Amino acid sequence: MSQPHRLAAGGHVDRTRRVSFTFDGRRYEGHPGDTLASALLANGVRLVGRSFKYHRPRGIFSAGVEEPNALVELRDGARREPNTRATVVELFDGLAATSQNRRGSLAFDWMAVNGLLAPWLGAGFYYKTFMWPAAYWERVYEPLIRKAAGLGRASGLPDPDRYEAAHAHCDVLVVGAGAAGLAAARAAGATGARVILAEQDALPGGDLLNEPGLEPWRTEALAALAAMPEVTIMPRTTVFGFYDQGVLGAVERVADHLPEPPPHTPRQRSWTIRAREVVLATGAHERLIAFPGNDRPGVMLAGAARSYARRFGVRAGENVALFATHDGAYDAAFALAEAGARIAAIIDPRPDSPAMQRAREAGFAVRAGSVVSATVGGTALRGIELRAAGGSGRGDAVAADLLMISGGWNPAVHLASMSGAALAWDEGLQAFVPGPPAQRERSAGACRGVHGIGAAAADGAAAGRAAAIAAGFAAAPDIALPDAPAPDHRPHPLWEVRGRGKAFVDIQDDVTADDIRLAHREGFSHIEHAKRYTTHAMGTDQGKTGGIVGAAVLAEARGEPLAKVGLPRFRPYTSPIAWGAMAGEGVGAHFQPTRRTSLHAVHEAAGAVWMDAGIWKRPAYYPKREDADAWASVLREARAVRERVGICDVSTLGKIAVEGPDAAIFLDRVYANTFSTLPVGRARYGLMLREDGIVFDDGTTSRIGPDRFFVTTTTAQAGPVMQHLEFHLASVWPELDVSLASITDQWAGIAIAGPKAREVIAGVVSGLDLSNEAFPFMAVADCMAAGVPARLFRISFSGELAYEIAMPAGYAAHVWQAAMAAGAPHGIEPYGMEALGLLRIEKGHVAGSELNGQTTAQDLGLGRMLKKKGDFIGRVLAQRPGLTDPSRPRLVGLRSLDPRRQIRAGCHLLLPGGDGSSQGWITSATQSVVDPGWIGLGLLRDGEARIGSEMLAANPLMGEEVPVKVISPHMHDPENLRVRA
Amino acid sequence: MLRIPCPHCGPRDEAEFSYRGDATVTRPGPEDGIEAFHGYLYERRNPRGWQVEWWQHGAGCRAFLKVLRHTVTHEIRAVATATEALEVPEA
Ligand SMILES: [Zn+2]
Repeated sequence: MSQPHRLAAGGHVDRTRRVSFTFDGRRYEGHPGDTLASALLANGVRLVGRSFKYHRPRGIFSAGVEEPNALVELRDGARREPNTRATVVELFDGLAATSQNRRGSLAFDWMAVNGLLAPWLGAGFYYKTFMWPAAYWERVYEPLIRKAAGLGRASGLPDPDRYEAAHAHCDVLVVGAGAAGLAAARAAGATGARVILAEQDALPGGDLLNEPGLEPWRTEALAALAAMPEVTIMPRTTVFGFYDQGVLGAVERVADHLPEPPPHTPRQRSWTIRAREVVLATGAHERLIAFPGNDRPGVMLAGAARSYARRFGVRAGENVALFATHDGAYDAAFALAEAGARIAAIIDPRPDSPAMQRAREAGFAVRAGSVVSATVGGTALRGIELRAAGGSGRGDAVAADLLMISGGWNPAVHLASMSGAALAWDEGLQAFVPGPPAQRERSAGACRGVHGIGAAAADGAAAGRAAAIAAGFAAAPDIALPDAPAPDHRPHPLWEVRGRGKAFVDIQDDVTADDIRLAHREGFSHIEHAKRYTTHAMGTDQGKTGGIVGAAVLAEARGEPLAKVGLPRFRPYTSPIAWGAMAGEGVGAHFQPTRRTSLHAVHEAAGAVWMDAGIWKRPAYYPKREDADAWASVLREARAVRERVGICDVSTLGKIAVEGPDAAIFLDRVYANTFSTLPVGRARYGLMLREDGIVFDDGTTSRIGPDRFFVTTTTAQAGPVMQHLEFHLASVWPELDVSLASITDQWAGIAIAGPKAREVIAGVVSGLDLSNEAFPFMAVADCMAAGVPARLFRISFSGELAYEIAMPAGYAAHVWQAAMAAGAPHGIEPYGMEALGLLRIEKGHVAGSELNGQTTAQDLGLGRMLKKKGDFIGRVLAQRPGLTDPSRPRLVGLRSLDPRRQIRAGCHLLLPGGDGSSQGWITSATQSVVDPGWIGLGLLRDGEARIGSEMLAANPLMGEEVPVKVISPHMHDPENLRVRA
Repeated sequence: MLRIPCPHCGPRDEAEFSYRGDATVTRPGPEDGIEAFHGYLYERRNPRGWQVEWWQHGAGCRAFLKVLRHTVTHEIRAVATATEALEVPEA
């Protein structure tokens, strides 16, 4: 028989259509309008999962986002999603769900033995037990814990779906489309304000969906809103965070209710909503009561059972008991009775109330002054035990397959709290409600303790009207409100019924009232400490049903009022959000921009192997068919530079135009060395320090005219150096008449290096005397290159005779090709980053591995560059004793004693026969072409004094210890004869 | 997601700006010594309340701006150019 617990009529499900789905491989049917939870209940499935720590059987506990138990894996393959709440998963045809956190079958879980070990698995168990020895963490404890605990499994495959990020602006944002939210949106919309009404459910209405008699008001309100052109209703949209200045974050589940997203449709869309005014109409979550066995399948929040009956047409039990502490819960008993269930008992600690009288009149067995002290059953509820409120021991037993519980309502104050509003204690409601607003926000309805549909709607209408007026709109006529008297929702403060067995305050995290008391005894008495010690309210439900119950147990243990103990701080996200939605479009190639130089196509045509240099794509090397491997290519390219001539794209270097009457003074202050003495037409190597005295960046700066300088930076620091210059010019020396412009993108750069470089340049550049006398090392001049305007620099990174041609980026490919043609007779070869690195290591030039944010000029052997006179950034703090200590690691060269044995960057340098303590490390390593074998640069304590000695380059990760000789870092042409040739 | 009113560009999203810390510290003179520079570089009031701080409008006019921001509420009360004075309110 299909759907034995489905009612014949009523609710918001479409019984004319059937939807087929599977749970743990078994096939079931439901209807459009069902959630997975309502369809499972309609089919009599009550056991849906195993608990986190004790593997106790668990059933469906709620009918909404607050669900602690019914977490399932949804879909399969790459779309498998763990920890989805069955209570909010919309049923679709073909849906496949699997229960989580079980070993073996759901009905018999061998890990349930944890339940027998329970006395040793209390709060802090992991902290206390898995502490020692430390080495056991990685190898033993963590895998064990991960296997035993944890919830669902991620797919482990790339997410096949697409996500979008979007922005929205409005005058009034209304969060929640229950009675309060619908009324607020109508009242605000009537003024002409731009209104967004966001509702996490697929169906707007909130509690109205449980009130067939008020359905005309709901449909009329939705029709009225649909007719307002400035009102946008966003269903399936969870507002998860309230940030500064009226910014709220939301996720719209565009296609989660479908088997997979239709073409050209994102699965989810994350919204950043900027609202002038915000109305929070987020409702309330019903509160559990802690009593032994309150987690057994068949125990359910009263409002949820009512919702399954009224909204979904599902009878969640046949023989039903209600355990409630206030009149607001009694409608659940009437709803279940209307649905055909037998009301076995109503248990209420209070002596009497209007609702109890009505229940008696309806013929229900009301047990006034009583509490539930235990539940009976295995994987399903069979009965409950009662006793007198305030008593102890065992009392009557009542048979029941559904126990509906309600300890009151927790206003959903999350967003109000995140907006900065303090929470205030409401003694009547025994709940925290939002205090005075901190931003332009107002709460309305149940989220501020105004219960009942009529009262909430009136409250919402007032809030919506006030919000629109505050946003600058004129008041509009009042809207029609539903007439619905509400029962008294103020509960008798009953948080816990003590007895034998586990009384859960956080069902998802398996946290019991005893755990909270243990935390207090062990000194974790602050609510935030108790939360972390016990994991209370740290699950996907964030303690929506039991968070305050745990706080109340803590308050009792501390002997202080709950108002003083408070709740843990609310933070985004109010509900679990898919990572994909956070990433939006920023995945794969769109994660960050790809920067290509203007010569990219040229390199591609030359067969370049690419490497990432920051966000730039740069050629690593250009393999040729005859190259045995990558090293063969790199060595071939480097040899071409050392022996003939090579050409390299250096466009990624940062370039800054520094111009103005005070440009030279400014450069003197930002560089450690002097630029005011630099003649026009010359370049100089510059060293820039941070204010703390550490080396910031290096590069060549050229004087183009008396007031015009052309500064280059390293590729990596191009942006930071520009910012650094701008900051000091704006804030420290605003009196200097200097202007700065980044021209990195406008100018491309080509380096031509090698003994034949002058001949190649002569074939490209016109209008210059290139003789060594007329255009010496460090000369700079404007020229024509291959018929286009360009600038020629005689500078060298490789240690060879070398030039760099700078030209407008659009001409770069043209000039490159001209240089290749001019260089062909000389055997010119393009060289990539790898050969560039090899050449500069041989020459002893420092680069990013040495300019690592920890090294001083002295460390790098550049101490003499620091000028003795005049102020410059970093001058004073570079003199601190810790930075001038002569024993600091200094730059040295290193050579592997056995030319075949590789040394690697990152190796530590040890004394042979020493105690194994590190004396320094290798910063860069390569094979050499001038003296074949492995060489490197390193930072070595007492480095200069150790030149000539032997060390061990140790790589414990790979079990390598390679003997090396400490040498001068200037391994190639230390007299600089070649660059000046 | 603050919105910062740039005096040159108008109100712009925080994402266009980068933060550069307390704008009330002044770089010492060249002869002021290590202690003075240490204070300039490392010592901050870290107020709970109003603070004048540097923000650069990097994705806009690139100006360094003085922004009067409340460190608890993130309210931005005033924005000035680098050379204008911006007083920290008493409360
Ligand atoms: Zn600007």
